[in-house]
Amino acid sequence: MPKKVLRDFKVEYLQILDENGNCDDALMPKLSNEEIKKMYEMLVLVRVFDQKAFNMQRQGRLGTYIQFKGQEACQIGSAAVLEDDDWIFPMYRNSGLLIARKHPIVQVLQYWNGDERGMRAPDNVNNFPIAISVGTHVIHAVGAAWAAKLQGKKQVAVTYFGEGATSKGDFHEAMNFAGVYSAPCVFFCENNQFAISVPRAKQTHAETIAQKAIAYGIEGIQVDGMDIFAVYKAAKDAVEKARAGKGPTLIEAYAYRLCDHSTSDDASRYRSKEEFEAWVKKDSLERLEKYMRKKNLLDDAYKQKVLESSQQIIEKAVTEFEKIQPPDPKDMFKYVYAEMTPQQKEEMEELGIK
Amino acid sequence: MVVANIVQAVTMGLRQELKRDKKVIVLGEDVGLNGGVFRATDGLQKEFGPDRVIDTPLAELGIVGASIGLAVNGMKPVAEIQFSGFVYAGFDQLLSHAARIRMRSRGRFTCPMVLRTPYGTGIRALELHCESGEALFSHIAGLKMVVPSNPYDAKGLLAAAIRDPDPVIFYEPMRIYRAIKQDIPEDEYIVPLGKANVIHQGDDLTLIAWGAMVKTCQDAIQKLQGKYSVEIIDLRTINPYDAETVISSVKKTGRCVIAHEAPRTAGFAAELIASINEKALLSLHAPVVRVTGPDVPIPLAKLEGHYLPDVNRIIKGIEKVMSF
Ligand SMILES: Cc1ncc(C[n+]2csc(CCOP(=O)(O)OP(=O)(O)O)c2C)c(N)n1
Repeated sequence: MPKKVLRDFKVEYLQILDENGNCDDALMPKLSNEEIKKMYEMLVLVRVFDQKAFNMQRQGRLGTYIQFKGQEACQIGSAAVLEDDDWIFPMYRNSGLLIARKHPIVQVLQYWNGDERGMRAPDNVNNFPIAISVGTHVIHAVGAAWAAKLQGKKQVAVTYFGEGATSKGDFHEAMNFAGVYSAPCVFFCENNQFAISVPRAKQTHAETIAQKAIAYGIEGIQVDGMDIFAVYKAAKDAVEKARAGKGPTLIEAYAYRLCDHSTSDDASRYRSKEEFEAWVKKDSLERLEKYMRKKNLLDDAYKQKVLESSQQIIEKAVTEFEKIQPPDPKDMFKYVYAEMTPQQKEEMEELGIK
Repeated sequence: MVVANIVQAVTMGLRQELKRDKKVIVLGEDVGLNGGVFRATDGLQKEFGPDRVIDTPLAELGIVGASIGLAVNGMKPVAEIQFSGFVYAGFDQLLSHAARIRMRSRGRFTCPMVLRTPYGTGIRALELHCESGEALFSHIAGLKMVVPSNPYDAKGLLAAAIRDPDPVIFYEPMRIYRAIKQDIPEDEYIVPLGKANVIHQGDDLTLIAWGAMVKTCQDAIQKLQGKYSVEIIDLRTINPYDAETVISSVKKTGRCVIAHEAPRTAGFAAELIASINEKALLSLHAPVVRVTGPDVPIPLAKLEGHYLPDVNRIIKGIEKVMSF
């Protein structure tokens, strides 16, 4: 008997804005000029932040810092489609996302300077603390989304992780649960091609991350992660779908880390200069600028104004950050349990902490 | 002899064993081309090839689980987990399988694997990059738990761990990775597991520590400038620990302080104290004192100084026992 084809799958790739700032109008999501400008301004703001934080680490004014240069469009484009009441379950590389999600810049700096108070989310947004242990948070988004569904809330949960995280069992379990419970969540994979030194090709034998969705019966798509319109469109479709009760989506944002893995890393040990240079040309910010120039949304004066006001915002935050007093040692004990244990009380006394 | 710090000594130990036994392989995240994030495997892939020094996908459960399979079928895997906080992702495989294979197969299959990982706080690291879980692993019968405190031991204990017929967790003290330099032999040697090291003889008090805390204890004794005659024991192997050395020292001195940076409750000091109570209670002149981290998740940089036992806290512990 001849073999039958049971299923034929396809994996789609979405790009709307190419490297030269040319836009496919048919695919272009509905965005007002004001909205486009807002996204541009946020892109600039987080890039200025990223560079500033890196410089501060080098000057000994900040602890270990994780840059996200090259991945701004992933974070800003997707944040733009979310409500404050939606949930995000971010990873360590998501400082840009946090800022876009109204996490005070001062606090982001505080966190990267080894002060836990920095991760306390403002009351009006559901920003979960960033996951340091790779991939462990992906399933939390499924649980939170499931809770929204069970309680009839209209929230969506979005989780962010790298392509390296997809190698962990956590990812498999999360995707499977999401499929089984049709959880209103979005898996946003920022594929920056490297897990520290390990290239994507050594991470998985699959050709794309997006296709992994197929095995769980959920939708997957690959988008150009340096194209903010493509990211926005894919995220918007996925979030609207989830909100409408139609289940989860995996988005693979195909991008590149235009920086070292962290301030402790030296990427020149494992990446070629040529490869790096080729990706610089695809950068999201320049691409958007080219587009906006063509549409008369940006000129040199506006560009300069945005840059300067971003620098002012960041400098102001830095000044405020540097005035912050160190945390009370009692804080170490305060948030472990609802009520301190007798042992902890004894230990505090021994340490002379009041 | 060659001057080496602990990271370099680990590399030397790995090289020694990779050369000695073709079955030995090194695997983990970023251990190949990048030479490990602490450079503990620097140059080894170049020297021994990508089949013996292997970059794995990012998956600790996978690394441990695959190592078990490799070990039962004749290889000697030495897995690196990038930071000890990420060993927990492989915990199920360690507890449910690595530790139990000999027992479950009635000796037919064994699991001679080593899991190396940097541990400990005090270097302003990120969350979960500073854990001290030695008591957790020591609570699992079937696993061995080893913590070197200096370059000589790091090379020798690692070699012994690799030759051991059972699974060994090898905790590397990150805080002193590069802080201590020593002349160590380039020639082959091992430091046997299960043997503590009396690094300083004394009669008044026994001070027990392991890993990075040994250095802090030595600094404390130096600061005391001979005020008391303190015997320092570097436990080296946490499980199975060298009860004989501990008990005979405590019987001699009648006083004991135990220092570890892991949290206090159910920390390994508790086990040592129980053992001292069982075997040397009547020799004690004072209750044994523990100097440990408090019962909290290990804090980030801004508060780690309040967490980590330092020279002054150790001296305070010693004074408490001496003045009892
Ligand atoms: C469970 C776990 N294992 C290892 C690490 C150390 N580590 C931090 S980031 C990283 C690479 C992650 O790569 P990827 O998931 O692709 O995300 P990226 O850092 O590239 O954004 C590794 C190995 C960790 N933080 N957590």
